[in-house]
Amino acid sequence: MVSSRSAIGDLMLTPEEWAIVLLSLKVSGVAVMLTLPVAFGLAWILARGRFPGKLLIDAIVHLPLVVPPVVTGWLLLLAFGKQGPVGHWLDHWFGISLMFRWTGAALAAAVMALPLMVRAMRLSIEAVDRRLEGAARTLGARPARVFWTITVPLSLPGVLAGVVLGLARSIGEFGATITFVSNIPGETQTLPLAIYSALQLPGGEALVARLALISVALSLGALLLSELLARRTGRGGPGHVL
Amino acid sequence: MSFDIDIAYRRGTHDIALRLIAKPGLTALFGPSGAGKTSLLNMVAGLLRPDRGHIRIGDETLFDSKAGIDLPPERRRAGYVFQDGRLFPHRRVRDNLLYGWKLAAPAQRWITLEESIAFLDIAPLLDRWPATLSGGEAQRVAIGRALLSGPRFLLMDEPLASLDRARREEIMAMIERIRDELQFPILYVSHDRSEVERLASSIITL
Repeated sequence: MVSSRSAIGDLMLTPEEWAIVLLSLKVSGVAVMLTLPVAFGLAWILARGRFPGKLLIDAIVHLPLVVPPVVTGWLLLLAFGKQGPVGHWLDHWFGISLMFRWTGAALAAAVMALPLMVRAMRLSIEAVDRRLEGAARTLGARPARVFWTITVPLSLPGVLAGVVLGLARSIGEFGATITFVSNIPGETQTLPLAIYSALQLPGGEALVARLALISVALSLGALLLSELLARRTGRGGPGHVL
Repeated sequence: MSFDIDIAYRRGTHDIALRLIAKPGLTALFGPSGAGKTSLLNMVAGLLRPDRGHIRIGDETLFDSKAGIDLPPERRRAGYVFQDGRLFPHRRVRDNLLYGWKLAAPAQRWITLEESIAFLDIAPLLDRWPATLSGGEAQRVAIGRALLSGPRFLLMDEPLASLDRARREEIMAMIERIRDELQFPILYVSHDRSEVERLASSIITL
């Protein structure tokens, strides 16, 4: 993958670099899109629900934040491997395997991004003034309509913040990914994994620097974009992600 | 149409037991803070559930613990004007006004957007965001939003509390018009005696 090396100062990306960037965006984009409804649902339950075992769910959701990523990757390997309960089931009924595939990388990124997304969304749901929801009810809105017209728009800045944090975390995901789906160029080799590979190569310093710059640029761009979006949607409320 | 309310409610130190029959016109609930006036309005609106008793409006039962009836707030058709306005911050004034209007069945609507705008003198505010309104402006929009939702009774929780003297006079005149022209029951919460004496057809002290 380092066949054609370019100088650090060259602004054009080589085809190999493009492939790595696009794969990273694909993996993290799919991971965040799939996690979004799950994270919002969990955030909703944790913000509004009152039931026994809530503390336990809260703790489990946060687990990937504190467990070493390599352990998370190993657990995914146990569950989704050919012999694992979920992996066996997926293979048997759908002929799907996540092992050594970019979809597995997306799953690893999703699991690692989940706690950050749930945290941001939960805070924003908790910040929604429930008296406004009551006002909407008296005006004739059923609970589902109140949810879509009041709760969701008012918690949108936090949802966006969650998406951006999740994207940033997914793009940076390393430990769980390399443990679960290995480091395969073109399939599971996202930006951090490519940087790791380049570091092992003699004379790979220029590539490392370029890939590192790309990751910084991607993260910065995502943060700026989300801040702009939050400012546009957050009128009348605190519309900040940063 | 009139209110027939007989409820009991207890949470911690909050202990409300009340029985009242309110005729058409404005019935003021008068009493010090903490007497449970707002809780009572919330129970009539369906936002708070009494422990037992009944709430009827005309010949329709909104709540009856014995019969197991408890209509959800969206089916009670209450026009609730809250003390703090409670406009939706993410919708412009026009969309706030139309929120309940769009949800009401055409037969239930008895005022149009144009009529309410003229009545409340809020034409210049339509494209503004709620955060940019003064207290008096927000309260007029809140009244308009409640009227436009096609209610069959009004609940007003200290609608003048956040206003200065000039604005109070203006909104009071408006409430008098609503009372006299619409002829449906209004439950009105206040702890200001002069306000109550001027507006109320009957006064209930809590």
